[in-house]
Amino acid sequence: MVGLIVETCVKIALALGVLMTGAAYLVLVERWIAAWVQDRIGPNRVGIPLTNIRLFGLGQPIADGLKLIFKEEYVPGHVDRVIYNLGPILTFVAAVAVYAVVPLGQVDLGIAGWRPIDLTIVPGFDAALVYLFAANGAAVYGVIAGGWASRNKYSLFGALRAAAQLIAYEIPLSLTLLVVALYAGSLRLDQMVLQQAQTGVWNIVLHPLTFVVFFVAVTAEAARLPFDLPETEQELVGGFHTEYSGMRLMTYLVSEFLHMVTAAVLIVLLFLGGWHFWGLTGSEPVAGIGGALLRIVVFAVKVLLVIWFFMMMRWSWPRFRFDQLMRLAWKVLIPWGMVPLVILVWWYSGGEEALGMGGGRGLAVLAAINWAALIAVWIVTARLSPPSYDNRPRQDLVQLARESEQAIPARVRPTAKVWRPSFDNEE
Amino acid sequence: MKPDSSEIRWVDEPPLTPAERSYLPLFIEGLTTTLRHLVSPKITVQFPEERHEFPDPIIYRGVHRLNRDEQGRVKCVACFLCATACPAHCIDIVAAPSPWPDREKYPVVFNIDMLRCIFCGMCEEACPVDAIELTSLYDLSGKSREEMIFDKEKLLSVYDQTKDLEPPRWMRERDVVEDQKTDSASGEN
Repeated sequence: MVGLIVETCVKIALALGVLMTGAAYLVLVERWIAAWVQDRIGPNRVGIPLTNIRLFGLGQPIADGLKLIFKEEYVPGHVDRVIYNLGPILTFVAAVAVYAVVPLGQVDLGIAGWRPIDLTIVPGFDAALVYLFAANGAAVYGVIAGGWASRNKYSLFGALRAAAQLIAYEIPLSLTLLVVALYAGSLRLDQMVLQQAQTGVWNIVLHPLTFVVFFVAVTAEAARLPFDLPETEQELVGGFHTEYSGMRLMTYLVSEFLHMVTAAVLIVLLFLGGWHFWGLTGSEPVAGIGGALLRIVVFAVKVLLVIWFFMMMRWSWPRFRFDQLMRLAWKVLIPWGMVPLVILVWWYSGGEEALGMGGGRGLAVLAAINWAALIAVWIVTARLSPPSYDNRPRQDLVQLARESEQAIPARVRPTAKVWRPSFDNEE
Repeated sequence: MKPDSSEIRWVDEPPLTPAERSYLPLFIEGLTTTLRHLVSPKITVQFPEERHEFPDPIIYRGVHRLNRDEQGRVKCVACFLCATACPAHCIDIVAAPSPWPDREKYPVVFNIDMLRCIFCGMCEEACPVDAIELTSLYDLSGKSREEMIFDKEKLLSVYDQTKDLEPPRWMRERDVVEDQKTDSASGEN
């Protein structure tokens, strides 16, 4: 029992340390990529303090962190103190709690009498997937709390948008998860990774349509561009964190970043084979020390590649309008998410036998069906509803209104109120 | 103007092609653009080590200077036109009767508050004798507000510092005239 507690504490400390440092340095990477995409150089000055050694700007995260810690933490007088303080904490806890169930395989240290150590903080959690998405979805409570307690219109708008967006994208996300869980026959993440490792076929090959839906939905969940509607600077100042400063703001920003990392981790775990790479990591659940380190490296490289793509995405495509965002969720992604689910249910409830398939050939046919479904669904969507559309008032209706207004006799026609600027608050 | 006003001319968006409606070409276009810029050469100037190079330093509007004439005297005649033209009211002139026979007045005090100045160049345009000009010096800093009020001596020293690189306007125009003279002279020969 004591051993278990010590082991868990060590794992938590390691995970938190890696996550915090990782998030800090990912902020630097994000700034670099932003700079490079804009033909700038990016942060390259801050190195070792009190020297002229620059180290390509690797001291920047420390300087940023120190700046935010020592900044004045201004709390406006009108806020609801308790909820205002609770907001960032809730978001942060939710963002970190997710990492309790991220599986990295098992390691056998080779010491007699020791059982293989599971590189997961909570090993063998049967409902890992459910827990993970519950924790991930709980982050929105912190956002809503912060936006509500700020007693500021912009904050509230940001929080409302966050709530609407997260609820909308939670549905396609759950649909895709059903597919993945059904295919793995388990809700355990390590089981899903193990299945991909043992068959050698990553889920992205087998379930492309699921992957597309999942990728878009998880980006929207993490509120990354082009789906960062809760905090659009041009419309909402800072969105839900308009009234926050100092450490509280940093907590929000770090949790937001961790959400992106979570999204990348999920994509890698569920669709890109987790720690598995062909001919490199093996496919047994337990590995030796070298093998385990190699698996962690493979996993980290995959996650970093996905994060890099997230960062590129930020500058590649313009932000969606809010109605387009909602439209994408309800009218495109939810129907799309149902297609692979129906296919997989049909496959397991008789389709496989009906086609006379079994074993490896069966997987190839399933993959072919799913790819065909992706192409078909994409074409149908493009035909039925173009991604951009005119949201101006319909001109035929405007014309009708104008004509009907003219039909009313002038003496009873309500005169249009002319708007004039008022300067009441200027004495 | 109301949105249903008849004065508004409504323009229809061009219809999307089937490829555009699938969103994929736009998707790829955005990604290739950012990828291209990711590896393209950077345009940042690493300021204290490198300095921005002006294609033409004459037209840059940086720190002011007070020009000297051929005899090294201040060229200003204290007519107050620059102070009048200044939208930020940052020029402060105290005039006195001139000790020299070629003008009535000269400035005893000529202060420019660089913290108020918006570097619009109106003073340069207003000046009838091309005495005040804006140079290409742009790294202007100081540790106090008083330090940032440039007096006559300082403005004249800016002239001494920049006259070789950026000759004052009267000198440039004289050179052009002389060039034309030599050109026509050589043409006659």
